[in-house]
Amino acid sequence: MWLWIHKFGSPPHAYRLLGKLAPWFGWSALALILLATWWGLVRAPADYQQGDAFRILYVHAPSAWMSMFTYVVMAATAAIGLIWRIKLAHAAAAAAAPIGASFTFLALATGSIWGKPMWGTWWVWDARLTSELILLFLYLGYMALRSSFDDPQRADRASAVLAIVGVINVPIIHYSVEWWTTLHQPASVTKLDKPSIAIEMLYPLFIMIVGFQLYFGWAICRRLRGEILRRERSAKWLQESI
Amino acid sequence: MDLQEFFRMGGYAGYVWTAYGMTALVLLLNWWSARRCEAQEQASARRRSGTD
Repeated sequence: MWLWIHKFGSPPHAYRLLGKLAPWFGWSALALILLATWWGLVRAPADYQQGDAFRILYVHAPSAWMSMFTYVVMAATAAIGLIWRIKLAHAAAAAAAPIGASFTFLALATGSIWGKPMWGTWWVWDARLTSELILLFLYLGYMALRSSFDDPQRADRASAVLAIVGVINVPIIHYSVEWWTTLHQPASVTKLDKPSIAIEMLYPLFIMIVGFQLYFGWAICRRLRGEILRRERSAKWLQESI
Repeated sequence: MDLQEFFRMGGYAGYVWTAYGMTALVLLLNWWSARRCEAQEQASARRRSGTD
């Protein structure tokens, strides 16, 4: 295990491995996202209450899920970097941030577009929406903090602290619909006993989530390779492998 | 399948298509910027190793 971590933690090995993995992630993500889009828009039946507007679910829920998933990845890698002083982990956290910010923006935007016909308003300051907006600010704050340092090591450490403290927001987002009264509907899928959503509506949702997850995999491979190159400016292996 | 009916989305066309269009746009932008991030660093690493 430690050997494996050590091997993966070495920049040249990680750089090559990420380059090999990326196309697999990329093509499978494309296939699944296209399949889920077709299934969600064409094959899935319209909702009896919301009509065809419910189809926004298939882009909204996966984006919202990814916004939180990416944040946890970012905070976990930042913590690993801080505790064990692994530079690659810091680089992974830095690579995750812009991806997470874009998913958070997407969750807010598609949610707003869905809210208008269903709730009659684009935006309300309720717990779910506000905590998701805070998540966006956490991502933006993290990126701004990173870029305010010239020294990459100080940037790593300062931004890692922000990422770790901010992770408290993730359970708040998840439970916000239970803890506070809100317009947002409660979870209909992540109830383990019995999801309150028809199974034929559920398949495209799961496919889309897996597709988004793979897309994230692809994007972080590419960005992390860029990060590694930037950090390993003067390393010898670099001249041999590019 | 009636294509016109499909594009109408039961009267929610504006909302549904905007949401999907936005998703496509954000995914494409992300794709483009991740590729550019990698390519730029590769180019600058190559430049450096050329001048060394």
